[in-house]
Amino acid sequence: MGFLSRSWAIAQKDIIAELRARETVFSMLLFGFLVILIFNFGIEPGLREENLVKPGVLWAAFIFAGILGLNRSFASEKENDCLQGLLLCPVDRAVIYLGKLLGNVVFTFIMGIVVFVFFSVLYNVDIIATFLPIGLILLLTTIGFSAVGTLFSAVSVGIKARDVILSILLFPVMVPVVLAAAKSSASVLDGGGLSGGGLWLVLLVVYDVIFLAVSVMVFDYAVEE
Amino acid sequence: MTHAPEPAIEVRGLWKYFGHFPALRGLDLTLAKGRFLTIFGPNGAGKTTLIRVLSTQLKPSEGSVSVGGVDVAARADLLRHRIGLISHNTYLYAHLTALENLLFFGRMYGLADPRTRAMDLLTEVGLAGRMDDRVSGYSRGMQQRLSIARALLHDPDIMFLDEPYTGLDQHASRMLRGVLETLHTRDRTIVLTTHNIDQGLEMCDDVAIQVRGRLVFKEPIGAIDRGTFEEAYFEHVGKDYRWDS
Amino acid sequence: MTGTISDQEQGPDARAEDGGPPLTSGSGGSSAVPGSGGAPAVSGPGGRKLWIDLLGLGSVALILMALYGALIVAPTEAVMGDVQRIFYFHMPSAWVALGPAFTVVFVCSIIYLAKRDLKFDRIAGASAEIGVMFTTITLVTGPLWARPIWGAYWTWDPRLTTTLVLWFIYVAYLMLRSSTAEGHKRARLAAVFGIVGWIDVPIVFMSIRWWRTIHPTLINGQGMQMDPTMQAVLMFSLFAFTILYVYLLIVRVRQLDLGSRVDRLRQQLLMR
Repeated sequence: MGFLSRSWAIAQKDIIAELRARETVFSMLLFGFLVILIFNFGIEPGLREENLVKPGVLWAAFIFAGILGLNRSFASEKENDCLQGLLLCPVDRAVIYLGKLLGNVVFTFIMGIVVFVFFSVLYNVDIIATFLPIGLILLLTTIGFSAVGTLFSAVSVGIKARDVILSILLFPVMVPVVLAAAKSSASVLDGGGLSGGGLWLVLLVVYDVIFLAVSVMVFDYAVEE
Repeated sequence: MTHAPEPAIEVRGLWKYFGHFPALRGLDLTLAKGRFLTIFGPNGAGKTTLIRVLSTQLKPSEGSVSVGGVDVAARADLLRHRIGLISHNTYLYAHLTALENLLFFGRMYGLADPRTRAMDLLTEVGLAGRMDDRVSGYSRGMQQRLSIARALLHDPDIMFLDEPYTGLDQHASRMLRGVLETLHTRDRTIVLTTHNIDQGLEMCDDVAIQVRGRLVFKEPIGAIDRGTFEEAYFEHVGKDYRWDS
Repeated sequence: MTGTISDQEQGPDARAEDGGPPLTSGSGGSSAVPGSGGAPAVSGPGGRKLWIDLLGLGSVALILMALYGALIVAPTEAVMGDVQRIFYFHMPSAWVALGPAFTVVFVCSIIYLAKRDLKFDRIAGASAEIGVMFTTITLVTGPLWARPIWGAYWTWDPRLTTTLVLWFIYVAYLMLRSSTAEGHKRARLAAVFGIVGWIDVPIVFMSIRWWRTIHPTLINGQGMQMDPTMQAVLMFSLFAFTILYVYLLIVRVRQLDLGSRVDRLRQQLLMR
């Protein structure tokens, strides 16, 4: 069984388990909606500057909801000490990382799409026109977020104040991702398509590549004991 | 059982620290291939820690640990397909069915035909009728039986059992004994830890006592009688009872 | 079969001699900086080393001289006036944090993972603490300087903003360290974050800089003319701050080393 198929087996296992447990997905979505709602009450609709603020709201909601999802992903391995059971198997730790990453990417991406739909309803965004470019930005952002997030989840799983520590560790490192996502989607939401945001997409890709590579390399150390 | 030239387990001066606390303190152990060793010890003796180091879950802080000829600290990855572990953690995914659990681990162990193997084992542990039920609906005894099946999936050479009888019902206990007998007959190396004298003495070849991170007694079962052993046990354990429950 | 406990009760990062004096330490003795040439310490705990005290005095002297240079020697800047003098402390603080301090965290994280010697974990932790301290100084002096000159405490200048993110990254590092007990597990987890965090910093800087060039600020962070005297004062101040960092690092690592030995001894005594 190859590297990729074993990773996919792990991701599949996570997805099936989550679909059955249904704990995380709904809380992630609900939380994302709530963040958008709360922000909305802090900002007057119809302001001239609304377009400047919109992308920020979307991505803030995405990140907060995403962290909720990450917390759950490794928590499920804590039950029955499943992570230990998985580590006993003769699988490369990189395979485990990739598998968990794939699972996280799937859930976070789906969450992002749904949150975006909710967001575009509230803010009167033209979904048809913006769907594809936002989808692309979302994909790249999700990969970057999940790459580092999966690694940090593994780091924080052994710590008592697990959830809080994960947020504290992840937020500062996410700054370039949030910036790039917000800036590139700003021009899309403004009706300008991806033209203005090309540079930011490049940054996202660079970030994703670098941190995927680094995370794969250090993941071993995060899970061993 | 005759001694094989290369011991299955060779531990010298094993120390394991958690922070500054030494759970294992210069432990030595040699076990020949195909032998069945039972380690007795009170809670806090470090039995679980020892098993976790031997099964590659933990890295030794100091000392040399060789299992199946492989240095556990350096090349644990070469060893994992040859060892199995049964402990009080079931390592089962609650939201998957019994069959799905076994299929998953079968794929992780790289089995050629995970499905056939899973079905055979499910039948062997008496869970074939409930293989499509989620593990979350299983009783403790059923979960342990499934956990045994999981440990046997890849037919390991060396089997570790950490207090495996804890919380087992009659049915599961009997089944476990049967499994151990079979493994023993097939020349597998077995290490079992327990704090219950009655449970461990039946089948083993060698018996040892672990107290506060070290093995203070190790003899082949043929060389001693039960009385002597009990005396030795209470001498060692009673003396250091301060730290243990 | 007596079950006695042998005298060899030392921990993994101090090789013991059987029955030797309990305070014998292993690698490098009590000198904190690897390769510094300190004598192996068979002396009692915390034997004060003269050279460290001299280094401390020296660094204080250098700082005082830098202060003198900044306040007296350097000419008043043409555009900004005397307030600009804060720059001679603001910039070197930033330099020490970003340059040596956090890079040492990165390097020691890697070395720890390779060698598993807790010494490097302690150096990383100490360096991060000092780095956060200097970063805080940078973040405080920056606005103090900005306000009288540009009328705002915070200008979202790329360098200062990166420093802010840097502060959060290394405070997170310290929080990670304080959330687990000392030992190899903490060292391992901190090392993982220490590596990722440091790699992130240049990316953060680049992204913030792009952000600010696309939306040019009303306030330009530059606009300082530096004549040779000012440059000399700046260089000197940089040097003084670096020496101060080295001194603080040495002192702090010694402290952590001793703390670790005390903890280990306490454990051993409890075991008897």
